[in-house]
Amino acid sequence: MLLKRLTEASGVSGNEKEVRDLIMSSLEGYVDELKTDRIGNLIVHKKGSNPSGKRLMIAAHMDEVGLLVKDIDSSGLLKFMPVGGIDKRVLVSKAVTIGEKKLPGVIGAKPIHLQKRDEWSKVLDIDDLYIDIGATSKEEAERQVSIGDYVAFDTPYSEMGNGTIKAKSLDDRVGCSILIDILKSDIDADIYGAFTVMEEVGLVGAGPAAYQIKPHMAIVLEGTLCYEIDELDSHQMPTMLGKGPAISLIDRTTVYDRNLREQVVKIAQENKIPYQFRKTSMGGNDSGRIHISGTGCATTGISVPTRYIHSPLSLISKSDYDNTYRLVEAIIREFEKGAI
Amino acid sequence: MGFNFELLEKLVSVYGPSGDESLISATIRQEIGEYVDEITTDALGNLIARKKGNGKKIMISAHMDQIGFIITDIDKEGFLRFGNVGGISPDISLSQRVIFKNGTIGAIFSEPLEKPSERKLENMYIDIGAKDKEEAEKMVGIGDMCIYYSPFSHNDNVVFTPYLDDRVGCFVAIEALKRLSNSENDLYFVFSVQEEVGLRGARTAAYGIEPDFGIAVDVTAHGDTPKAKRFAVGLHKGAAIKVKDNSIISHPSVRNSLIDIAKNKNIPYQLEVLEFGGTDSGAIHVTKTGVPSGVISIPTRYVHSTVEMASKEDIENSIALLERYLSKKH
Repeated sequence: MLLKRLTEASGVSGNEKEVRDLIMSSLEGYVDELKTDRIGNLIVHKKGSNPSGKRLMIAAHMDEVGLLVKDIDSSGLLKFMPVGGIDKRVLVSKAVTIGEKKLPGVIGAKPIHLQKRDEWSKVLDIDDLYIDIGATSKEEAERQVSIGDYVAFDTPYSEMGNGTIKAKSLDDRVGCSILIDILKSDIDADIYGAFTVMEEVGLVGAGPAAYQIKPHMAIVLEGTLCYEIDELDSHQMPTMLGKGPAISLIDRTTVYDRNLREQVVKIAQENKIPYQFRKTSMGGNDSGRIHISGTGCATTGISVPTRYIHSPLSLISKSDYDNTYRLVEAIIREFEKGAI
Repeated sequence: MGFNFELLEKLVSVYGPSGDESLISATIRQEIGEYVDEITTDALGNLIARKKGNGKKIMISAHMDQIGFIITDIDKEGFLRFGNVGGISPDISLSQRVIFKNGTIGAIFSEPLEKPSERKLENMYIDIGAKDKEEAEKMVGIGDMCIYYSPFSHNDNVVFTPYLDDRVGCFVAIEALKRLSNSENDLYFVFSVQEEVGLRGARTAAYGIEPDFGIAVDVTAHGDTPKAKRFAVGLHKGAAIKVKDNSIISHPSVRNSLIDIAKNKNIPYQLEVLEFGGTDSGAIHVTKTGVPSGVISIPTRYVHSTVEMASKEDIENSIALLERYLSKKH
């Protein structure tokens, strides 16, 4: 299954090759042009009849948050720094893989028995943590790992409950997967797909991708934050699992084009696709670079609600995946007709 | 020429939060149509008006968007929750009226709090007087934006109203345009969108225009009220010529040209060294291979409040300075 392979691949920002290679091989024969640009974005073109002559860009980022080895101490333990927005509270005792060979490791810390009482209530700082690869000396560690190696969480894909997917890096492999499904479908539409790099460290790849494509309109596919517990008022829940794709209103990087958003809502309603709005202005995504590239373009942000993003594991609902795919496909059909 | 405060009053009162500037764009288009050769709107909504000339291409940018609020949720009882559009202060917003594009008026209030310091936009709401969610949804939808709704006032010295930022800049650009006879220069008046959320409109406009010089016209802060943070700019001291802010160090050629004009034409001016903030020139000057740019600022007290206050003389002097700069051969 493609989403399983996508989420189990390592692709911490700046090190997206494994993900890119996987996407390239899965698209072989389905697209007309396929190239890796100089910064590492994978840009593909699926040709269609395209009566309007306008360019539609659909973007999903390949990278995920993770860690980077910054030092190896004398006992063979690895010191590291975060890449992207990692919640340091989730790190302790997590399994990771290091480097291209996916060397297994565990994030270690001082045992609770040895902690002073006041340390119990504090979050361990990243500098208090290390990655243990079972080496007993610096020399032994250096034979397997080097400074600058990337570290990804080691989380096997699985399914649980009634149609819930549990995996790492669903932000944004779920977007990549939906975009691949679209490109492989038999939809007759002209689409530029951009699988971007380094979104998690500042939307780095999306600007160069948009600069090359010069889109008239863009759809940004994301896995976005989802948090819903009983104590919250409705406005405090950014998205809800199982309630359909989340349509963006505003975030730190984009005020989403109002006309386009209203058309997307109308398309969802006409096709009886459940949808929700992303009810927070926090966060940002590739749209922030795409909509102000060149002379600008209208963008819409469509996300699969994803619980526990930026951690070793995250959850999505299969029905949200399917409904997001349906909504994107319906938008493409309208665009192709020249209705948007 | 007399102070056309009717136009300024009109400009500050038209709806146009960042990302939904169509109404103010139409108003300005109508106001300037007969004074320019071409008017276009780009993909983000920038209104770009060209007054043709054979000389250098100058982009004049005044942003027409406003700070405001975006509705993110409507609860069962019909209360609206919101996020900010641009730099909104919870303290200033408490107990203000707001107005939506369709004319719906609401009041901003907050949940009861233990301490005023707990006041955040997350625990505030807009009350439009709806009896329940269903009724509220007939008036307002999620994603709709609203702006402060507060009267325009003026006396002999000053105007005070919400949204001098940056409708007074639009006003200065429009008045300068109207007073210009034939210019040596090829002028692009841009009424830009989405400045308040990150100078976004000016960036795409400048990319399309490729100007030789950029001039933004915007409000700046003040240092002339009780115990204000030290800042050399104040009301009634002239048009402010920007030296720097957080988005740009003005290009010396543009800055010095503005200073020379002010000196030669006896236009009162002051120099502005602002340690925070930014405006459209910040985006323009790094476009493509770079654009020498500067800013004419209108000193304004209480920026981003409902009582933004500026001096009529300063506004007049800013118009005069811009008009002279645009007439001159560069």
